Amino acid sequence: MTEAESHLYAKRIPIHPRSVKGRFRNLRYAVLALAYGVYFLLPWVRWSRPTGVNQAVLFDIPGRRFYLFDLVVQAQDIFWLAGLLVIAALLLFFVTGLAGRVWCGYFCFQTLWTDVFILIEQWVQGERPARIRLAKQSWDAEKRRKMLATWGLWLLTAFLTGLTFTLYWADAPSLVWNMLTGGAPFAAYATTGFLTLTTFVMAGLAREQVCTYMCPYARFQGAMFDRDTLIISYDAARGEGDAGRAKIGKGAKTLEERQEKKLGDCVDCGYCVQVCPVGIDIRRGLQYQCISCALCIDACDSIMDNLGWRRGLIRYTSDNALAGKSTRLLKPKTLGYGVILTAAVSLLAWSVGTRSLLDASAELVRQPLFVQLSDGRIQNSYEIKLNSKVAQPGKVRIEIAGLPGAELDVDGHNLIPLAAEQRLRVRAKIKLQPDGNLARREFEFVFTPVEGFGTDVIRRPAAFYLKE
Amino acid sequence: MSETTTNQQKPTAVQTTGHAWDGDLQEFNNPLPRWWLWSFYATVVFAVIYWFLYPTWPVGSSWTKGVLSATFTEGGKQETMRWNTRSALLEDLQTGADATRQREYFEKIAAADFATIQKDPQMLAFVNQAGKRIFETNCSACHGRGGQGVVGLFPNLVDDDWLWGGTFKDIQYTITHGRNGYMPSFKGTLNTAQLDDVASYVLSLSGEVQADEASARGKQIFEGPVGGCYMCHGDAAKGIKSMGSANLTDKIWTLANVPAATTPEAKIEAVKAVVSNGVINVRTMPAWDGRMSADEIKLMAVYIHQLGGGQ
Repeated sequence: MTEAESHLYAKRIPIHPRSVKGRFRNLRYAVLALAYGVYFLLPWVRWSRPTGVNQAVLFDIPGRRFYLFDLVVQAQDIFWLAGLLVIAALLLFFVTGLAGRVWCGYFCFQTLWTDVFILIEQWVQGERPARIRLAKQSWDAEKRRKMLATWGLWLLTAFLTGLTFTLYWADAPSLVWNMLTGGAPFAAYATTGFLTLTTFVMAGLAREQVCTYMCPYARFQGAMFDRDTLIISYDAARGEGDAGRAKIGKGAKTLEERQEKKLGDCVDCGYCVQVCPVGIDIRRGLQYQCISCALCIDACDSIMDNLGWRRGLIRYTSDNALAGKSTRLLKPKTLGYGVILTAAVSLLAWSVGTRSLLDASAELVRQPLFVQLSDGRIQNSYEIKLNSKVAQPGKVRIEIAGLPGAELDVDGHNLIPLAAEQRLRVRAKIKLQPDGNLARREFEFVFTPVEGFGTDVIRRPAAFYLKE
Repeated sequence: MSETTTNQQKPTAVQTTGHAWDGDLQEFNNPLPRWWLWSFYATVVFAVIYWFLYPTWPVGSSWTKGVLSATFTEGGKQETMRWNTRSALLEDLQTGADATRQREYFEKIAAADFATIQKDPQMLAFVNQAGKRIFETNCSACHGRGGQGVVGLFPNLVDDDWLWGGTFKDIQYTITHGRNGYMPSFKGTLNTAQLDDVASYVLSLSGEVQADEASARGKQIFEGPVGGCYMCHGDAAKGIKSMGSANLTDKIWTLANVPAATTPEAKIEAVKAVVSNGVINVRTMPAWDGRMSADEIKLMAVYIHQLGGGQ
């Protein structure tokens, strides 16, 4: 047993990323602003609907309906969600094969929230050296004050995050009021509390460990990479030269001097390592921890700009490009993902676009299967379910076809009025004189929209039983 | 072997408890993981909070009641009780979100008259849903889950034949007050031949057997003083609602299982058995007044009415 093996648990080395300015940093701030804008404001956007539900995006679980602007997703359309998840997965694979971990670096909520939490930390405690000093400091008044402020602001952000998530599941203004006055359902408090806690822990404390140890995607993304995939990489050939990297020093100041000494262009300033939110050194090559946030590019570019040297010592490139070969964009894998992705998107769009305005079904009541009537006829009962998917009231006519001589009895409700988005069950009875020795006859229920449900007639097959 | 010795002798970073048995058998002191310890403390805190909120500790013949309470109405009186599963359930059943929604519907049903309910598909839909549950709880033990009944014992509620009347009011009355069906035994009154004749006549009324001399004799008995059947079943044998006597002219048989019989002889035997034995203490329906609320009975009247063939 060696000493190294006996330590199965490595203590996390805290990471205090230095701030950096640059085009990728700006791009990421833009994405962050957009994402936060959408996430935090969307529940407050109002939308006029005839049914009176006026929240633009509302996931109404008790009402079994998801409202997305003018689209109302009914419970039976929930397979769209499966379609959406399939598309999301395919999009992830497609983009990863093409451009690497774009999701991780720019869009993942773990990245976005960690970014904001680091900003708060930096605002309260100062730049990287100040934070490292504070971390080592004993718990004196200054540290207590600063940590309290940091954690307080984190907690506030986490709470707003949790609260906002909860607002998507109920009417936002009234839910906030109910939560303030203590009258909200337990689920609202529990959801908010749970998400506050997880946001605080994941974005404030766990951070890069989420990506490194918890996220399955980080672990299998390697399988989707190839030599043509866009990655963030250090140009080792240029940076190391023949004699390796060297700090700016005597006789190694200008490019010419360095080239004479066969030194690389990397001045070993360590800025790329200091800005890294996952604490790796990109110069060691592609590592599974790298979330492709591109901050090291900004860091290196700013140093190169200062020195007046060419940018791109760390840049978006591919293994093939680094080796001097050409990068292929149209790979069979990319094309394959692209085709499946397009098919999945088209299928979902088709399904949403051609959704029916009315659902109708008719089920035979099997207890009893049939009943003898006093005039000698046989009666079967059916449970009809009607589900209006439109926001206006409408009317449906219920008829039967293919059962000559039969009498349909819906308690006089052959023409059923349906309120907007109403689900209704109707009990129908059919009476038929037995003829011959047939035990079972097949026919159809015909639901004809009279008003408000378009023109598509719905036909549902059913069976009529005359004997066991 | 030498390796084993090395391992044993190797100094280790883990502390020991200081205990030693048999000279060198020591006990490692491996502290629990920090997270485990904190989780444990958290459960302790949770438990202490729980003691104050809920009934917990036995004290003598009683127990600590906790500070939470539940409010419910029982016997027309509002009561507030310390929290327990029963009071919490009562509170939820009476004032929970679902109970409140259900009460709205029940109030609508209670306020409307039968004709209005019948015209309103929305109210009927609620009647069907709620009625099914109430029926399964209270009525299905005898009448079957679908209301199909048992031939010879419990009437079928899905057909359009009604012993005691099939209007909303009739059904409501039947559920509220219960029913007690009775037919005397004719064992001592009629001999076997006469019973055969009466049975033939009864079956001929609905065309189950051909009218012949026997049925003509039966008609005499039915309408005459010997049998006196007409007194309850009516001159036309169509039954009398106020007495709960069966309509003998239709295709529905609630006591004699005529549809199951294949030959005319078997049909006659089936009817004969009923006439001979009478209907004594088998057609007894309890009163539901007091077991179900008036609103529930009203709802059930509508449910049963449109189960198959209300009038």
